Amino acid sequence: MIETKEKFEFSSKNQIKADQYISRYPAGKQQSAVMPLLYLAQNQNGGWLNQAVLEYIADYLSMSAIKVYEVATFYTMYNLKPVGKHHIQLCRTTPCWLRGANSIAEAICEKLSIKHGETTPDGKFTLTEVECLGACVNAPVVQINNDFYEDLDKKSMKKILELLQENSTPSSGSQKQRHTSAPQSGPKTLITLGEK
Amino acid sequence: MLKDQDRIFTNLYGLNNWSLKSALIRGDWDGTANLISKGQDWIINELKDSGLRGRGGAGFPTGLKWSFMPKEEKNDRPHYLIVNADESEPGTCKDRDIMRHDPHKLIEGCLLAGFSMRAHIGYIYIRGEFYEESQRLQIAIDEAYDAGLIGKNACGSGWDFDLYLHRGAGAYICGEETGLIESLEGKPGRPRLKPPFPAGAGLYGCPSTVNNVETIAVTPTILRRGAGWFSSLGRPKNSGTKLFCISGHVNEPCNVEEEMGIPLKELIDKHAGGVRGGWDNLLAVIPGGSSVPVIPKSICDEVLMDFDSLIEVKSGLGTAAVIVMDKSTDIIEAIARLSHFYMHESCGQCTPCREGTGWVYRLMQRLIIGDANINEIDKLEDVVGQIEGHTICALGDAAAWPVQGLIRHFRPELEQRIRKRANDTI
Repeated sequence: MIETKEKFEFSSKNQIKADQYISRYPAGKQQSAVMPLLYLAQNQNGGWLNQAVLEYIADYLSMSAIKVYEVATFYTMYNLKPVGKHHIQLCRTTPCWLRGANSIAEAICEKLSIKHGETTPDGKFTLTEVECLGACVNAPVVQINNDFYEDLDKKSMKKILELLQENSTPSSGSQKQRHTSAPQSGPKTLITLGEK
Repeated sequence: MLKDQDRIFTNLYGLNNWSLKSALIRGDWDGTANLISKGQDWIINELKDSGLRGRGGAGFPTGLKWSFMPKEEKNDRPHYLIVNADESEPGTCKDRDIMRHDPHKLIEGCLLAGFSMRAHIGYIYIRGEFYEESQRLQIAIDEAYDAGLIGKNACGSGWDFDLYLHRGAGAYICGEETGLIESLEGKPGRPRLKPPFPAGAGLYGCPSTVNNVETIAVTPTILRRGAGWFSSLGRPKNSGTKLFCISGHVNEPCNVEEEMGIPLKELIDKHAGGVRGGWDNLLAVIPGGSSVPVIPKSICDEVLMDFDSLIEVKSGLGTAAVIVMDKSTDIIEAIARLSHFYMHESCGQCTPCREGTGWVYRLMQRLIIGDANINEIDKLEDVVGQIEGHTICALGDAAAWPVQGLIRHFRPELEQRIRKRANDTI
């Protein structure tokens, strides 16, 4: 847990959102809102959580700080140290590996000179190898911040990174112009329904 | 091949719009109040008659599961419906398509399921990585509220029903139902000892039922078209249609809805463009997500894709995520990667799983390069046997089964690699 001198509190906009989250759970069960509140705080705090943030959330939900630490350390999507502006999560699990996840890791390393767990010196990119992202029929897959990039190969992976380096926005989803999870050559089912 | 008219997920690929307006054209929310007016017992009996078994992996009969909920709601103990949308089983990506392309099927299913188990509140627990999907599902929920389909007097049925979304944060174990409940309560997702089962004491200690997204999303169509229609598809005790995810070494990986009991070979050939390099280039298939044992080509030639057929060959239908591996695959590394997965995802509370998954992974790493003694294969089998059945939840079993499948069918490969290294180093 990284300690900082800076204090943290929700922006007024996030305070409204936080209270909306709390209202989704029964009275007295506000601890249930700890996960959505940690996400809110992480976004407001530049993508990571430090001790001051966790203690603020504990106070906000009348929880002991240790219970908030427990949650923040248990779940992998809470970052306990700073991450780059573009957090690349590369799937390493068998379905992606079968379709060339290793070559995607190589492409990232060749382009950015970083390996698993590292951040580029300019703070723009962090690479994390993760377990199954749940888009296996579109393997190999990476997630960058909130977006999935699917059906990758080395070339398309490098192109995406180039666009991000230039501050443009690559289009997410299949990089092989394929329609979501349908076969590459086009759907073989659901074509006789004629709904418009 | 299943006819399009018998497919439930008519917008599986998102070829049409996902919003309420289009969902209504597809027939969602048609006569929902009328279904509710037939009462809880009718709905549960209809589901029992349909033969629907849970689509999350375990295959427990859905109607029976719902009937375990108390028949009356006591004031201080509200009932909860919980939808497991924490889709994280390697190979599986079907619930994602339901949520992003057909969200109203899920929302309507939530109302009907909630009513049947006398729950006025439902939570959908969606895995954290599915950010776009959660945004879209929230919009669909808001649409349903605005149209009076859920909320107070949902669909004009007299039943009040609120539905909320809860995002996970990257923990496979929260797909285990009691781990999920712990997580919903704002704690680490460590599974609970059972009993008590959730229907007796679940979320906040109140009666709760956890169902997979696909299970909930198919119920409105079953109730509209009738138990007889659903049970006429598939095979006895393995009825209906099912979403299959076909990944790995096929020419065209895809998701598809097919009839239960379809031969594996037909599924791969007709829908996924066949195995890369042809059927004879097939090495093995993991037929139901990473937790079920791998089966070699000789079994794949004939096996049918349903719960009981796959159990007969000592594997399982699981989530129906078909991971195909051709002869170029290093089968030991393929399974070792899964061992890494279970090591990473073990919640750590049971010693056999916490220590065992790491031990198994380290030995598997050595077996990839053959850096082991032949008798360590027996040791490995012994250790996974000591994990299996000795933990609070099924993650321990799930870590053991892929390795057991490997040893059962590919022992010569393991031995050969050990011998080769021994010869090379002499």
